[in-house]
This record gives sequence, structure tokens and C-alpha cells, in this order.
Amino acid sequence: MTNTSAVLSPEDELELLTPRLTPLDRVQRQLHAHPALGPFFVLVVSAIVFNFLNSRFLASQNISLMLQQVAVVAALGVAQTLIILTAGIDLSIGAAMILAQLVMAHTAATNHVAGLVALGLGLLVGLATGALNGTLVTRFRVPPFIATLGTLSIFTSVGLLYSNGQTTQASQMPHILNWTGDPVKIGPFNLINGVLLVLGMYLVVNYILAQTKWGRHIYAVGDDSEAARLAGIRTKLVLFGVYAFAGLLVGIAAWVSIGYTGAASPNNAVDANLQSITAVVIGGTSLFGGRGGVIGTLWGALIVVVFTSGLTLASVNDLYQPIAEGVLVILAVGLDQWIRRVKA
Amino acid sequence: MKQTTDTVPVGKPTGLDATAGDAGQHAKPDPTTAEPRTQAGPTTTGSEPTQRSVPGPSPNSVPVLEARGLVKTFGHVVGLAGVDLRLDAGEVLGIIGDNGAGKSTLIKCITGALQPDRGELLLEGKPVSFKSPLDSRLHGIETVYQTLAVSPALDIASNLFLGREIRARGPLGSVFRRLDKRGMRSRAKEQMTKLGITTLQDMGQRVETLSGGQRQAVAVARAAAFGSKVIILDEPTAALGVRESNQVLDLIRELRRQGMPVILISHNMPHVFAVADRVHIQRLGRRAGVVSPATTTAEEAVAIMTGAKQLEATPA
Repeated sequence: MTNTSAVLSPEDELELLTPRLTPLDRVQRQLHAHPALGPFFVLVVSAIVFNFLNSRFLASQNISLMLQQVAVVAALGVAQTLIILTAGIDLSIGAAMILAQLVMAHTAATNHVAGLVALGLGLLVGLATGALNGTLVTRFRVPPFIATLGTLSIFTSVGLLYSNGQTTQASQMPHILNWTGDPVKIGPFNLINGVLLVLGMYLVVNYILAQTKWGRHIYAVGDDSEAARLAGIRTKLVLFGVYAFAGLLVGIAAWVSIGYTGAASPNNAVDANLQSITAVVIGGTSLFGGRGGVIGTLWGALIVVVFTSGLTLASVNDLYQPIAEGVLVILAVGLDQWIRRVKA
Repeated sequence: MKQTTDTVPVGKPTGLDATAGDAGQHAKPDPTTAEPRTQAGPTTTGSEPTQRSVPGPSPNSVPVLEARGLVKTFGHVVGLAGVDLRLDAGEVLGIIGDNGAGKSTLIKCITGALQPDRGELLLEGKPVSFKSPLDSRLHGIETVYQTLAVSPALDIASNLFLGREIRARGPLGSVFRRLDKRGMRSRAKEQMTKLGITTLQDMGQRVETLSGGQRQAVAVARAAAFGSKVIILDEPTAALGVRESNQVLDLIRELRRQGMPVILISHNMPHVFAVADRVHIQRLGRRAGVVSPATTTAEEAVAIMTGAKQLEATPA
């Protein structure tokens, strides 16, 4: 009775446990194991197709332009990815970014504090918005969707009240605040410092997610919060940390935004919020948490801008662009549902 | 239903505590005398739980884990009405009981998920009290929960070290907080080999791609890797098929062979009787008795569990 399972050798067992796979199953498995693979494939194929429609598409000039256009959404996408990985969502990061850039611009231009201090204050405001969201979600157990829907309104109004609805031009600010808009030439590409800063954000956050304990814990909390708690992870602390850190990243996004637009305005980048969610979702990060990563989000953000630019260059009516974006999002989520049903 | 393990110390008396009196008479004789324990005369159990469990006639060393007179009430619902429990070194103690008998409450009180209202807990003879599950883990008690506490999206090694990750050596680890993934994988592999888990080869495999039995094996391996004193398994076979259940039971036997004391909570009588050295029967918030699978059949245990048969005079 002690050796009931000795009837089967380990090799037999392995064979029994390995299901037969169709080619489609294999694709599903690969996409499941590497969530950034799908969006990367879509990015490459769409870039080739758009270049076929208009050969100027992959010219270094157009690539430079697209990289600049994608910077702000991509920066917010990093923060959004972290939150969605915990099975949450942040509707307020766009408004928080606007608030942070208004604080940077106004403390410098109106209150004449030093540029570096103004930048620090803006980053601090970003951190504070994240900490507020984190407190609402962990301490008061408000669902992330509702908590950030509330803070979306609050941050928007506070920003308008604080700035009196006024736009501050970059020329009125100390140079450090629009350093992110300074041109930088890398090979054939004419970029701005902000693009490089955003790429740096991706590298750092990707390292944190893939190589550190905190990164493992973020996945574990998003995957199955109760299992993570039983494994001894202080889930609420992890969750709060994610929101606060995302807030800090939003502060950096605000800096990039000032540089890219050359101004700090309460009307800057109002769609950036939803676009960041779009980028995360197209990038293969699951809205159910625990699966995905920032590299996928980078591809996701690029896919959106490739479609926008590509359709424009192909002389398609501008009104079709949002349709393309909408179709992409729905396809991405549908694909995620299929991938998550992967066979054991 | 006969015990076939040869590694259990033969001299160990069965049914040490609750029925110490009659256990002394019936534990040793040949297993063909299946009946006698259930006809045991009235003992002093039931009414004065705290007195009864004084470690009287124990020839062995102190029990690894002992609970005395645990009481836990929820409002006016009594979860535990003075429960004693004793786990000796190197044994597998089964805990059975109907729904609502207090199995889960008992385990939660032992692991610190709940705090008992009264009673005491002794770990290796020393009084302890746990404020949280983390607390009991720090004392060397590892629990595998009924809800599989593994993260599906993480790989086997990450799950094994979840919450106890190892950092790389040198500045990579101390400054850049880099994890020693390779080290964790090789140590995970060692652990699997040590437990004789052959179906798990690639420690980088995600847990969601594993079968239920393999996931359970990961959870048990984690407990075994870090549990230095006691391993508690809460319904480890509940969600598994026959073959997979057998793998888990083999794993429990392997743990015992290595001298690790195990508490096994289960609804499944055949599973409990296949691996347990002693079986603690929980009924209506009390311990209705402790029986040995060598001398008691599963049917009799069920009868005690449901109250059809009584091991003691005052079961409730």
C-alpha cells in the first residue's frame, strides 16, 4: 500500500501528464509564457504594412517623430502597468500628471523657487497622488476603479483651482523643467531627452519586475492576493508601495510632458490617461493581474502611434484612427481571455 | 486498512493522551483485535479537558506540539469547547471530523490565524502563542492551506521561495537588489529530489502549467523546505484525482521517513488511514478520541465521528 504509485515509472507519469498539443495550442502556450511576444509581432507586421503603403513611414524622420509622440503616453504606461499587474486600474494618473506639471511650472514661474526645487516638488506631488490612491485602496478598501475615479475628479479640479486655468509657457520656466524637450541626436534619429528618460524608466522598472523580490511580490499579489498573503507576503504594503511608486513615475511623466509640449497647461494630454490603459492592454498585460510587464506596454504604446501615423501617411481619414485604436483594444482583451484559458 | 509503514517506531504507544488508560492495553497486541478500543469504559475525558491532558504516561520525550484545553467561541457559537491535541516526534497525526466539528478552527488556533480564548499551546514543551500565521512560521510550523497557496503565474522556484527570496551575492544583491534566480532554482531542484518528486523537472516552469497534484507537491515541498518542526496539511487531497492523491500520500510518507512530524487534516478516511500513525477524531468542538489505524477501522472512526459510537462516556 505504501507504493501505490510505483505501478507507473516516473517516465510513464511524465508521458501521461503531457497532453497532446495542436499547433494552435503551442501558439497559445508561447503567448501565455511570453505576454510581450504578441504585441511585438503586431508592431513589426503593422510597421511593415504601413511602410508598404507609404515608404516614408519607416524613414528616420518619421520614426523620430513617432518616438517623440509616444513619450508621454509611454511614461504613464509604465505606472499604469504596475497598477494593472496588481489587478487594479488607475483612472487618475492623467489628472495626477497634469497636477504635477502645474505644480512644477507654477512654483518656478510664479513663486520663483529654484528649478530643481520646483522639479522636486512636482515629483513629490506625483508621489502624494499615488500614496493617496494607495491609501484608499489598501486602508479603506475602496475598489481601485472607484477610488481613482474619485481622485480623477479631485486632481483635475485641484489642478484647475491651483493654476486658475492658466497655461505656463516653457519660456517662463527655469531650463531644467523643459530639459526633457531638448533635442538629442542619436544616429539618424532626432529625439528629445524625454524619450531617453522614458526608455530609462522602462529599463529600470523592467529590472525591478523581473529581478527583484519586490517585483516577484507584485506579480504574486496581482496573481492571487490570498495565496501571496498565506505565503507570508505583506500584501497591503506591496499594494501601497505600487501605487506610491506609480505616483512618482507619474511625476517623471509630468516632467517629460512639459518638455514635449513646451508648456504646462491644465488641458495638456487629457486623453493620455485612457491611452495609457490602451497601451497596457494592447501590450499583453492582463487586466486580471499577475501577467504581463512593461516591455509589452512599450510595444503597445508604439502600436497605437504606429497606427495613428501610418493611417495618416496612408491618407486615411483621421476619423478612422480612433476606430483602429478601439478595435485593437478589444482584440487585445479578447486575445488575453483566450490566452488565459491555456491548458495545464 | 492495515498500517504498513515500517519506519514508525514500533514501541510508540498509540492513543497516548485521551484514552491513555485503555490504549496501554490494546495498542501493542496483534492488529487482528480490531474491536476493543471502541468499547473502552468511561474515562475522565470531556468534562475537564485541562486536567486530563497532563502528559501522564508518556514514556517518550516531550511532544513536538501540544494543545491543552483550547476554547474558541464566535459570539455564542462555540467553535472549540476545550480541545487537546498531541503530536509526537516523527509521527503523522490525522485529524478527522464532520463539517463544523472544529477541524479548521483547531488548525487556525494552532497556526495563529485565530487566537484561542482559553487554553495553551506548547511547542517542544515550551508555551507559545502566535499572533499571526507568519508568527507560527517563524517558529518552524509550516502550513499548506486548503486553498492552494501558490501563485499560478510564478514559476516553481519562485513559488518555493515566495516571501523568502534569496538575493545574489555581492553588490548585485545588496545594492541592486538582484535575486539569485539560479541559486533558488538549483536549491528548489535539490528539495524536489530530496522529497522524491520526480514529475517536476524544470524549476522555471510556471505553476499554472502544472496539474493539481503537482501544484500540491510544490506547496508541500515549500512547507518541507522551511518547516523545521511541524508541517500541517489542510485537506491536501481534496481537489485531486486518485493518482495525484497517491502522489501526495507518498510525499507524506516520505516526510515521515525523514522524521518530520505531520498533521494531516482530511475528509477522506481512506487517505487518513493509509498514512496516519494516530487519528484525532474531532466532534462537536471536542476531541471525541484518538485512535490508531492499526487497531481501529475507518468505519469505526466514522461512527465515532458522527456520534453513532462513543469512545468516551461524555462525548458532548
